[in-house]
Amino acid sequence: MSEQAAQAPGPVEVMLAPVELEYTFSAGQSASRFLRAIAQGKLLGQRCPVDGRVYFPTRGSCPQHGVVIDGEPVELKDVGTLVTYSIVRVPSQNIPLQLPYITAQILLDGANTILMHLLNCKLEDVHMGMRVKAVWKPRDQWTTSVANILYFEPTGEPDAPYDSYKEHI
Amino acid sequence: MREIAVVGFVQSPSLRREPNRNEVEILVPVIAELKKSVGITNDQIGFVCSGSSDYLAGQSFAFVAGLDAVGAWPPVSESHVEMDGAWALYEAWVKMQMGYADVALVYGFGKPSMGDLPLTMALQLDPYSMMPLWPDAISLAALQARLLLENGHLTEREMAERAVRDRRNAKSNPFAQLKGDFEVEKLLSEPMLASPLRKHDCAPISDGASGIILAAGEKAKELCKRPAWITGIAHILEPMELGVRDLTRSRSSEIAAHRAGVWRDKVDAAELSAPFTHQQILVERALGLSAKTRVNPSGGALAGNPLMAVGLSRIGEAAQQSWRGGADRAVAHATSGPCLQQNLVCVLEGN
Repeated sequence: MSEQAAQAPGPVEVMLAPVELEYTFSAGQSASRFLRAIAQGKLLGQRCPVDGRVYFPTRGSCPQHGVVIDGEPVELKDVGTLVTYSIVRVPSQNIPLQLPYITAQILLDGANTILMHLLNCKLEDVHMGMRVKAVWKPRDQWTTSVANILYFEPTGEPDAPYDSYKEHI
Repeated sequence: MREIAVVGFVQSPSLRREPNRNEVEILVPVIAELKKSVGITNDQIGFVCSGSSDYLAGQSFAFVAGLDAVGAWPPVSESHVEMDGAWALYEAWVKMQMGYADVALVYGFGKPSMGDLPLTMALQLDPYSMMPLWPDAISLAALQARLLLENGHLTEREMAERAVRDRRNAKSNPFAQLKGDFEVEKLLSEPMLASPLRKHDCAPISDGASGIILAAGEKAKELCKRPAWITGIAHILEPMELGVRDLTRSRSSEIAAHRAGVWRDKVDAAELSAPFTHQQILVERALGLSAKTRVNPSGGALAGNPLMAVGLSRIGEAAQQSWRGGADRAVAHATSGPCLQQNLVCVLEGN
């Protein structure tokens, strides 16, 4: 520190105290099961033993009833319905789409919870109720990551009826 | 004052490392078993309060995931403290005193094995003058132990005796991590970990969770044959700067014990969560326990130390002493911060 800084009458306005801690993270049993399955191209959900609703991805408990979910997982197809969406015009890292792109909330067929993902679709075509299907990375790039799905895109099927997804809006 | 009692307690085993389960997965079966053992459902619970630390999880807002274990739809009245679950219990007790709830669910959970615990604890220190030096928790406790030994307040032998006692007591506790028969002489011949502390002077690092149900008045009698009534509870905080504290005694434990009324009558059993042997001695002294008190019948924190749940578990273990009729009057202690900075004392009575 220079003599001038040491004698400066003003308050000390900056102090550096870097914090770095390392963690050995465990995803947990339920998330691990989901991630190992998606590494094989499978999408796993789990059924609440109280009301039979299917949570996607798998989780160890039902957050509604506070009960343990320990039953066998339910395998879901990679098709579903666009529940709602947003058109994004600010850049972000690791997004495989050009700006502007669409973030989407998707209700997979057979699931009762929504999945947040990306939608590759013309901006003038996007609308709620649209039927969508996952576009996967090449198989040799699959890892234990939900990013194995690059994005969803329209299937061209007729729209899903409003009643089939309205509770998720 | 309303009469409020501990009517249910469940804990997970203290493990050095939970290999597969995450924090929430450790907690889920604890809460499920707790509700089942007391025989209540969410609609009967008026308030939920938890204690955990995002620093242990290494994730912001990690505690929110804990609500998965509770079941939070329809929405529940809920709060959280970034402290041991014993302080969550205190908050719930205050809410119940205000007439806000008749039944409360309290839990604490932590998985410190994910990080470097002694270093993580440095983050609770004064951020300007102490934290940048990264004094780890064991080294700070060693400085305190040195002060006590050099000034003749206690001996290494007395410290080792606490480890022997608590590990022996823990033999009957299926949830304890460190248990068995040890000899003082052998322990004293072990190498130093952070002089003057040896390994046996330090509580283990444990992953775990525990939960308690509190109930007021008639509701408590309905839910439990012999409720453990909370007849006194208080917590006191000392300053953050270690240099301005008297580290050779636990002033905050003394004041908390006085306010909780420990002195009013005999104490049959005491459950203390001081994580170092010399701190066990300081807390025993601060509480004024006599030789007639059974100290740490469960083994206490030295036998199992699931951070953020260990203090709450002391209240649960003390309550069990009361339920089983082994103690008419039991005292539980919880601590937080370096070198016993903050202490909570809770008196439980069976009759």
